[in-house]
Amino acid sequence: MKEEIIIAGFGGQGVLSMGKILAYSGLMDDKEVTWMPSYGPEQRGGTANVTVILSDEKISSPILDSFDIAVVLNQQSLDKFEPKVKKGGILIYDANGINNLPSRDDIRVVRVEATRACMEMGNSKTYNMVIMGALLEVMDYKLPMENVIKGLQKSLPERHHKLIPLNEAAIEKGRSLVK
Amino acid sequence: MKEEVRLMKGNEAIAHAAIRYGCDGYFGYPITPQSEVLETLEEEMPWETTGMVVLQAESEVAAINMVYGGAASGKAVMTSSSSPGVSLKQEGISYIAASELPALIVNVSRGGPGLGTIQPSQADYFQSCKGGGHGDYHMIVLAPSTVQEMVDFVTLGFDLAFKYTNPAMILADGVVGQMMEKVVLPEQRPRRTEEEIRKQCPWATNGRKDLRPRNVVTSLELESAKMEVINERLQARYREIEKNETRWEEIDVEGADYLIVAFGSVARICTKAKELAAEKGIKVGILRPITLWPFPTAAIEKAAQGKKGVLCVELNAGQMIEDVRLAVHDSLPVEHFGRLGGIIPSPDEVLVALQEKLIK
Amino acid sequence: MEINDIIRPENKVYSKPELLNEVHMHYCPGCSHGVIHKLVAEVVAEMGLTEKTIGVSPVGCAVFAYNYIDVDWVEAAHGRAPAVATALNRLYPDKAVFTYQGDGDMSAIGTAETIHAANRGENIVMIFVNNAIYGMTGGQMAPTTLLGQKTATSPYGRRVDLNGHPLEITNLLKELDGTCYVTRQSVHTAAAVRKTKAALKKAFENALAKKGTSVVEVVSTCNSGWKLSPEKANEWMVENMFPKYPLGDLKNL
Repeated sequence: MKEEIIIAGFGGQGVLSMGKILAYSGLMDDKEVTWMPSYGPEQRGGTANVTVILSDEKISSPILDSFDIAVVLNQQSLDKFEPKVKKGGILIYDANGINNLPSRDDIRVVRVEATRACMEMGNSKTYNMVIMGALLEVMDYKLPMENVIKGLQKSLPERHHKLIPLNEAAIEKGRSLVK
Repeated sequence: MKEEVRLMKGNEAIAHAAIRYGCDGYFGYPITPQSEVLETLEEEMPWETTGMVVLQAESEVAAINMVYGGAASGKAVMTSSSSPGVSLKQEGISYIAASELPALIVNVSRGGPGLGTIQPSQADYFQSCKGGGHGDYHMIVLAPSTVQEMVDFVTLGFDLAFKYTNPAMILADGVVGQMMEKVVLPEQRPRRTEEEIRKQCPWATNGRKDLRPRNVVTSLELESAKMEVINERLQARYREIEKNETRWEEIDVEGADYLIVAFGSVARICTKAKELAAEKGIKVGILRPITLWPFPTAAIEKAAQGKKGVLCVELNAGQMIEDVRLAVHDSLPVEHFGRLGGIIPSPDEVLVALQEKLIK
Repeated sequence: MEINDIIRPENKVYSKPELLNEVHMHYCPGCSHGVIHKLVAEVVAEMGLTEKTIGVSPVGCAVFAYNYIDVDWVEAAHGRAPAVATALNRLYPDKAVFTYQGDGDMSAIGTAETIHAANRGENIVMIFVNNAIYGMTGGQMAPTTLLGQKTATSPYGRRVDLNGHPLEITNLLKELDGTCYVTRQSVHTAAAVRKTKAALKKAFENALAKKGTSVVEVVSTCNSGWKLSPEKANEWMVENMFPKYPLGDLKNL
């Protein structure tokens, strides 16, 4: 098993923390993991992205030019990373704010109405967990939910542990949005 | 604290590893991309647990001189910075080397020259391995390629620094500093007591307890004849370090047609490139210097034998390649591939470079 | 009186301090450093601090201070003595740590380290020998050189428009919350020597009591650099230095 994933969007959408929860969940499932962010001024208000690799084997490069899965949360990220999805790979995007839709037909394109779902649920703070639910749903590697919960526990500060059920619900919502 | 498996950034790992090593003091000044080292230490408050001193200095210059003072007194002390800040530390490093003191310096290097970028770079190879400051001296330079090595090299760096009473440097880059990976943090080692320090470091300037003869730490010697003797002593030690402490890793070198030499995070990108090459039927081996000084000259000479060419991949315009060329004595083509200013090449780019420069 | 009568112990009124080493000092005859060294050696021994004192010597005339006073020493890079002393103080809080610095070390190249160590209130003693000139390198202008004073790099006298004003670093240090005792003394008369010794003792007491940073400036002569006889140098100091750098406690908490 090896999943090479890029998650990209605006700073503030929870891109890096989603990657961290994903990486921690993989770690709890005894996988090798790397989490490599873009860093620097671009984090502040601009775009942010993080490469997460989950693998049974030791991971060589933490920097990649093609991905099994790209999760893109704004137009710039979609434009940048759609061409970098491996043939037969998966592109996950949130329709909100996307004008130019993905065009490739050699990959699976998954549209997740996460922004709308969050508005309906009345909670925008768990937006990235809705997205993560969709990602967990479509990944070949089936990460056991108990390890995702452990990943949440490890990556969230203890004062936020009371929010874990809310995050869990958001993940389940995200799973249900995948058609 | 027991051994523990965690997911963390390389910079955070440095901080945790320092505490668990039983480090006595950290002195640093914030600079991207390594500020998490100081931030993590301040958050962990080790002065409450192990008694480790953590101090945000007024400058990199002050920080390295604090390290000099702490090292002179026999304590296990360290600093960390990134390229422009490490330039500022060079004078202090020269003093530490000249005074034959153990200390650990971490450089999470970034693109230069000048203020440059904050993105990953390996352009400080010359500075780290060929001097940096004034005078004939060497640091032991360790190049981590994983977050686990960031942890392990804190221990190794301090151990070697004390073994040879010589400064050691961890030369990392922004990739290893900012990346999160699984790490095994070692069990907490106790900090040495003052008695243990007096025994281990009889030269330390920690007060004339029991009226022992005074200790003086200085690098000043105005008589050239005596200064030459001091230099010869340093050089003899460097030869000993070269003999005992040269470290490297080889991946599928035997049977390969081409050899890639790369260090730090770039060696991992090259390993991926090697996998891509194998899919195209090109047999590539990787040699990763772990100690950049002492440099694995003999290992490279041996690994290059029977190969069709060597590609040196570095995040600079060609620095380590000089040492690789010296190692192989023009016996085969040696080419360089690098990106500059903070750009990291992808595995594909490395493969294309190998094909264009060596296979054609 | 015969020589053997004179040297009998009961006639002894003065001797070299036990912590002054049996080596010839490299200082010029008439230089203030020798007296100040003697006072440091006396104070450390009399306070029973021989086993716990660590000195930090500067770059400048006092670079070899470590040869003369029989305690542990670290020789710092130019200007960095307060940083070195900071680490020693933090890592060995029960030791008595002092820096010994000249005007170039303290108030030119090391201004940042000086101010920040004092501002952090490191429990150290900073001994500042101000002779308004760079002695070691051959008499160049110091930050504390007086207006009109001739040096190798102000051969026609220091001018405000070219060289700026003399820097009163001690006055700056007085303003910092980290300092507990800031005083300006001299060693040109027996009375002044006694006062300086008392100031040094107080400074070491403060450090041991962890009251913060103590600064003892000693307005000094450099008869070689000033190109005067030792006696004339003392007169010149009283006439010219003291008006700009008046003696006395600037702060005593």
